[in-house]
This record gives sequence, C-alpha cells and structure tokens, in this order.
Amino acid sequence: MAKVPKPAELLPGLNFQPPAKGWMDVKPEFRPGTYCNPASPKWMEWISYPFPEKRSIPDGEWALPDNWQEIVLEGMEDRLNRFRSLKVFFDICVRCGACADKCHFFLGTGDPKNMPVLRAELMRSVYRRYFKKAGQILGELAGARDLTEDVIREWYFYLYQCTICRRCSLFCPYGIDMAEMTLLGRELLASVGLNIDWAMASVAQCYDKGSHIGATPQAFKDMVDFLAEENERITGVTTTPSYNRKGAEVLFVMPSGDYFADPGTFTMMGYLLLFEHIGLDYTLSTYAAEGGNFGWFISHEMGKRLNAKIYHEAKRLGVKWILGGECGHMWRVCNQYMPTWWGPVDFLEEPVSPITGTRFENAKVHKMVHISEFTADLIKNGKLNLDPQRNAHIKMTFHDSCNTSRGMGIFEEPRYVINNVLPEGNFIEMPPNTIREKTFCCGSSSGINANENMELRMQGGFPRANAVRFVHEKYGVNHLGCICALDRATLPTLLQYWVPEVEVTGITELVGNALIFPDEIERTTDLRDRDLVGFGEAAEEDAEEAE
Amino acid sequence: MDFFKRHFFVSLFAVLGLVVVAYLGSQAASLQVFFGVVVPYLAVLIFLEGLIYRIIVWARSPVPFRIPTTAGQHKSLPWIERDLGEQLDNPSTFKHLVGRMALEVLAFRSLFRNLRTELRKDPADPGADRLIHWSYKWLWLGAIAFHYAFLVVILRHLRFFTEPVPLPFQLLEHVDGFFQFFTPAVYLSGVVLVVAAFYLMARRITSPTLRYISLAADYFPLLLILGIGISGILMRYVYKVDIVAVKELALGLATFHPVVPKGIGAIFYVHLFLVCVLFAYFPFSKLMHAPGVFLSPSRNLTSNNRWVMHVNPWNYPVKFHHYDEYEDRFREAMIEADIPVEKES
Repeated sequence: MAKVPKPAELLPGLNFQPPAKGWMDVKPEFRPGTYCNPASPKWMEWISYPFPEKRSIPDGEWALPDNWQEIVLEGMEDRLNRFRSLKVFFDICVRCGACADKCHFFLGTGDPKNMPVLRAELMRSVYRRYFKKAGQILGELAGARDLTEDVIREWYFYLYQCTICRRCSLFCPYGIDMAEMTLLGRELLASVGLNIDWAMASVAQCYDKGSHIGATPQAFKDMVDFLAEENERITGVTTTPSYNRKGAEVLFVMPSGDYFADPGTFTMMGYLLLFEHIGLDYTLSTYAAEGGNFGWFISHEMGKRLNAKIYHEAKRLGVKWILGGECGHMWRVCNQYMPTWWGPVDFLEEPVSPITGTRFENAKVHKMVHISEFTADLIKNGKLNLDPQRNAHIKMTFHDSCNTSRGMGIFEEPRYVINNVLPEGNFIEMPPNTIREKTFCCGSSSGINANENMELRMQGGFPRANAVRFVHEKYGVNHLGCICALDRATLPTLLQYWVPEVEVTGITELVGNALIFPDEIERTTDLRDRDLVGFGEAAEEDAEEAE
Repeated sequence: MDFFKRHFFVSLFAVLGLVVVAYLGSQAASLQVFFGVVVPYLAVLIFLEGLIYRIIVWARSPVPFRIPTTAGQHKSLPWIERDLGEQLDNPSTFKHLVGRMALEVLAFRSLFRNLRTELRKDPADPGADRLIHWSYKWLWLGAIAFHYAFLVVILRHLRFFTEPVPLPFQLLEHVDGFFQFFTPAVYLSGVVLVVAAFYLMARRITSPTLRYISLAADYFPLLLILGIGISGILMRYVYKVDIVAVKELALGLATFHPVVPKGIGAIFYVHLFLVCVLFAYFPFSKLMHAPGVFLSPSRNLTSNNRWVMHVNPWNYPVKFHHYDEYEDRFREAMIEADIPVEKES
C-alpha cells in the first residue's frame, strides 16, 4: 500500500487550476494511492463475468480482448436504446459548470476531470465520435475523439473516482445525473473485462454465500450470536435472534457491515435490543444476509442478481413484510429499483407495525420499511422506554447518506429518532450547505473503499470531513451519526485522518444505548463498553463530591 | 493553437463568416430572394423537423427505472410534516411533479440552489484549510435574464408577422420600451439579452475551469446570439432599415405569399440570416436542453416508487444464486448450527 501523505502535505498541493494542455491530450496518471486494483479473475469467474484475466495496472497489462472497441460501442448503442437517461444526459449538457465544485472528488483532488461535466465528457466524446454526424465529420472540434486504449484507461481511472452520490445531479439545471452515466460506463468497462477488485470480490462473495465478507451460514450465525451475548453482558437482557425461521412476521435485512466490523456491530446490537424491547416477531436470514447491494455498483443486471435474494427469501419464509436496516445504497436500490425488477410483490402484505398498528402506506407496493421510519413510529406512539441520559457522553452531528438523501429523501425520521435518544443540546447539525439533500459523500462508496486507493479516498472525503471538523472545533462534537453501513465502514478511516477526535456511530446504536428494560442489570457503560456519564460509580462519586 | 483558442476562434470566425456571407448576398439583388425567402423557409423546416425528430429519438428509448433526484423529505409517516417546498422538491403526486417541472423550467429551480465552494488556505497550519460554501446566484441571474429577455424579444418580433398586431404584442412593446430614452425608445429586452449573453460568454472565457471544459459548441451559439442581438440593435438604432418593407417581407413569409421588397438595408439580411442559422442549428446542438429538460428522468418522475409500480419494458429474468443451491451446499453445516433447512438430507 502506498504511503498516504498527511493532511498538511496533501492540502498545500490542492489547487483548482487546470493544466495548460487541452483535456483530450492529458492522460491519467496512475499514481499509487489513487486508483483501484483490477479484479482478480477468480471473482469474475464466480459470477460468470467476461474476460477474466490477470491484469496489472498501470504498466500496460490491461489484457483487453481483440475486439474490445466493437464490444464497447455495441454496448453503448444497446444502452442508448434501453436508457433514455443516457441519451438525454449525453445530448443536453450545456457545460454551464454548475456541477463542477459540487463534486467531492473535484474539491478533494482539484483534478478537472473530476468535475462531473468533464467526467461525463470522457464518455460523451466517444458517443459523439461514433453516434453523431457532427462528431464523425468535425472530430475534436465537435468534442469528439476516437475510442483508444488511452480513453478506456481514462474511463477506468475516473469512473472509479465517482461514488454515484448524485450531488451533481441535484445542482444540474437539467438533472443530468453522473451517477447514471458512471454506472452505465462501468457496465461498459466490465464488458471488456475491466473491473476493480474490491467491488468484484464483494459482489462475488455476496452472490456465492450471502454477504460481502463471504460468511457461511454458520459463521453469520456465530457473529450475530456473539453480538447477542455482548448485549446480554452489557445490559443483562437476552436478545435471541432467530435464523431462517418460517412463519415469522417480519424478515429483517441489514447490510453485512453491521455484523462484521466495528462500529457497525454496535448498530447491530442496537437492532437486536430494539426488537427484543418491542417483542417483534422477526427472523434474520443467512441467505439474504446482505442488504447492501454491491452488484449495483458494477451493473444494473448484477444489482438485480444480488437483490433477488431478498424477495426470494421473504417468499420462502412466508413473512408478511420486510424491515430494512441502516444502509444508504441498499435503500436507493430498494426504493428505486427493487419493485420494478420483481414486482408485483403479491406474496407479501402491506406493512403494518405489529406494535403500533401503523400502516406504512408509502410502502404498500414494495412491502419494505426503513428502520428509521419504523423506529420513529415506535417513539411517536410511546412504545419505547428511553433514557437519553445514557447517551450524554455523545455529542453528535448527523451525516445524511447520499443515497437515502438524493435517491429517497429520508431526512426527518433519523433526526426524530436522534432527538429522542440524545439529551437535549447534544445534537448539532453541520453547516446547511453540507447536509440533507446537499450532503457530501463519505468519498469511498460505490465499491472503492479499498486500501490501495487510500490517498484518493482521503481526498474524496475531504469536504465531508471538513464540515465535521467545523462542528467539532466549534461545538465539541465527538460523534458522527449516520444511517449507512458503508459510512460506518469508511468514515472512521476518514475521520481518523482528518478529525481523529470524532467517532462514527449508527443511529440504532444510540437507540440501543438508551433503551430501558425492566429486567436489565445496572447500566454503567454503553454498547461500546465506554463509561456512561452520570451513572454507576462515577455518578456516586459526583454525588459525594457535591455533598 | 491550444484547445481553447481552437474552439473559440473557430466559432468566432464561423459567426463572422456568416455575417460576411449574408452581407455579400444581400448586395446582389438576385440573391435577396434566396436570403429573404428560401433560407428562412428552409431554416424553419429544419428546425421543426429536427426538433420533432430528436424528441422522437429520445422518446424511443424507454425509462426503465424511476430515478428522480430527491431534494426534500419523502412522503412517509403522516405526522412528518413537509412544507410545500419539500413536496415540490420530492414530489409524491402528479400535481406536485407538475409543480416541480414548472419551477425547473420557468424559474430554473436547480440553478437557484447553486453554491460556490472555495478552499480557504490557512497559512499558519497547512493541514487546517477550510472549505467555504456559499449561495451563489449570479449564474442563475445571468441565465434567467438571458432566457426571459430572449423570450420577450421573440414575442415582440411577432408584431412583424401579424396584421393587425394583437393587443398583447402591442402591450408588450410598450412595457419593453417603458423607459423612454433615446429615439426610437430602447427596448429593455434587447439590451438585457446582449448583456446577459456577454456575461455568459465572459464567465466561460475568464474562469479557467470553464474555459477548460468549453467546446466550440458552447461558444458558437453564444456568439451567434450575440451577433443576432447586436445586429438587431444596430438595425433599430443606428443603421435604420425600411421597417415597412421588413414587415411586408415578414407578413409575406407568414402568409405563404413571399415577396421581397426592394431597398431593405444589408444589416437586415445579416440579422435574418443569423436567426435562420440559429433555427437550423438548434435541433443538432446543446440548445436541445430546452426540450430535453422535460424528458430528464431525474426530474420528470414522481417519487412514489414504493407505492406505485414502475414497469420496465425490457425487464428480463436474471440468473441468481437460488436458495436451493445454497442449502444444498451448506446443509450439513446449517443443521449442525441449528439453522432450519428445507430438506434434512
């Protein structure tokens, strides 16, 4: 792994001056730390992806098939015919530049090809050359260029410097969505064998076993059982999840990051406590053990192939509806793609909360409820016994995840939950231009949270971290909350780099901290074994001092 | 010559070339029919056919997924309040979608949201540089001024094609010439159009990043419109032309009884020719953003995917890892771990 320069070394080099040469003449510089390794052929074989070869980047061993240009151009034509979005987005950009300083990768790297408009032009130029008369006749003057190996390498470099966050699309006067073009461009790259290893390994493992970490059913059960034991140790409450249980009312699907690594695991513990608290009749599935859809990072089809498991399993187990955990792109996929892929979903029922009787009418077709919606409804109806003081050591700001923000719009539910589980005054928003629909990406999503591109990740996450640092310095914020497993996987690294004093937490973890059970043991620590403020010995000492 | 100069100067010389062609053409009486009648008809024909053709080409591709970019709280629990702004930015009903599109098309909603982000260097501590984001409305203002001025100019010109001139056009003319300075009274719209176009051009040239991304296809239409605006202003206030003759020609075109009156000044033919080029160029250019925004899937779709099925016409079955295969592979281990299975062996 390449050494990552320190913030003080990275920032002085950041300027937004484009090079003197025109962009068509500038080739990408594959510097260690800035690009992702190509996928190992093993993973590609697992999911029958074309041209599984051992590749080495950047030194020339790209192992493109002989007719790669033909494949890419035919693929482009096919996608133009299937996606109106691609056609329209290719044709109507006026290059006004409104998107330029909206991209976290442009703000973090200063590389002009990370301006969404220019990243799109990398593909548009090829489109013009082969599908437009003006481009065929006028060439460069019409913004057209031949599809050469340099161009495909450039695509590989820059399409994996886009995290499909859609911030550009928000500000574009025509809604041109780089995320859509990136995804289709990655499909084209994949059609000639170019994939990145981190994403491909996750996809293959999800496909083969059920989660991106490739946990076998027994390993999955072990991990979750361990977290249940942890719950018992800390709270004294037995939380016993069931697995693959037929006839349960609800199938709970969470991103695998939540049972695999800290700090996601604390969120998982929170889920288990919450469900125990309300006595929810639910089951987990070892087969549909991954809500996060890594497939959708590489193609629409692969997204569908992975997403298949959720409905398939819900049907097999005979549950009434599905509850989904805290995950960003999982929810973009579940919201905007899943019902279209598989609908109508007549084997499930319109979700009704068995605890409050609330009918989730907004989910009546796809039959899946977001954990934040579900929890907010519980709190609103007074079904949770909460002690916010147990989170008094947490001063938090909230990171809206890109996909739930700009591909769904879930803003108020998590905030409502946060305000009910944190003591008053402990929740502080980041500056308004960096949250809600204008939120900044973690900089490592969409399959690029590998190790080899760490410098790039730290650059891409800079705008997010910068806003966190602002509230940390100004208000003493020490936690960054989020409802996304990729955030929980990538933000700790990012904050360690930029704002090491701030930790990352899921929202249901805070709920877990705050829940009061009748049969619990005396609570002195939170789910992370950190001492609570004002409880246990510490509280007694305080009381003595006061006397 | 570098990329920028190539693209800029080719556009500039193309527009100047068009001016020269029109000027020379108008000098020869025999060519006046060509520039006064044939070219306008041809341009309108290309414009209409091209426009329809391009829209059909777009519409032929389906919209497989409902992918609106959501910019406000979604519709979920009934007690979560959404103000009108949020309902429009994340439309859950057709009515609100119409509202969102109307705001987008008439008020450039997304551009109004525009921010500027800048890196403030901290000389004392190079690791502590800060990004500052602030609302930046100049591009929105330039764009809105440009487009509305253009609209008024076009509407104002309709008085050449109508006799008697309908009341709304007469009124428009009065409003437009409200500030009665100079003779004839200066139309605000013409001035605003040219100033806004200059602004849009200036930012393209002076901002290093914008200059880097700009193509001839960006400079050419701006220069063309500037040419149209300037020639129009010159014609009205400086090199005056025979306005009665112009109207005769315009009415003749509109009623399909074309006549070419003698003695209209050359500047008129320059103006007319540039307009014709703009019309003919429109369907093949980025100017198609005008109809295109109506077809943009991230804007023109209702955000109701969880309660209204969206059908993908080319949806096809995919190969996925079926549960049965999964259980076959892990059955023994699952039984050992007390995980329920379909078949015991």
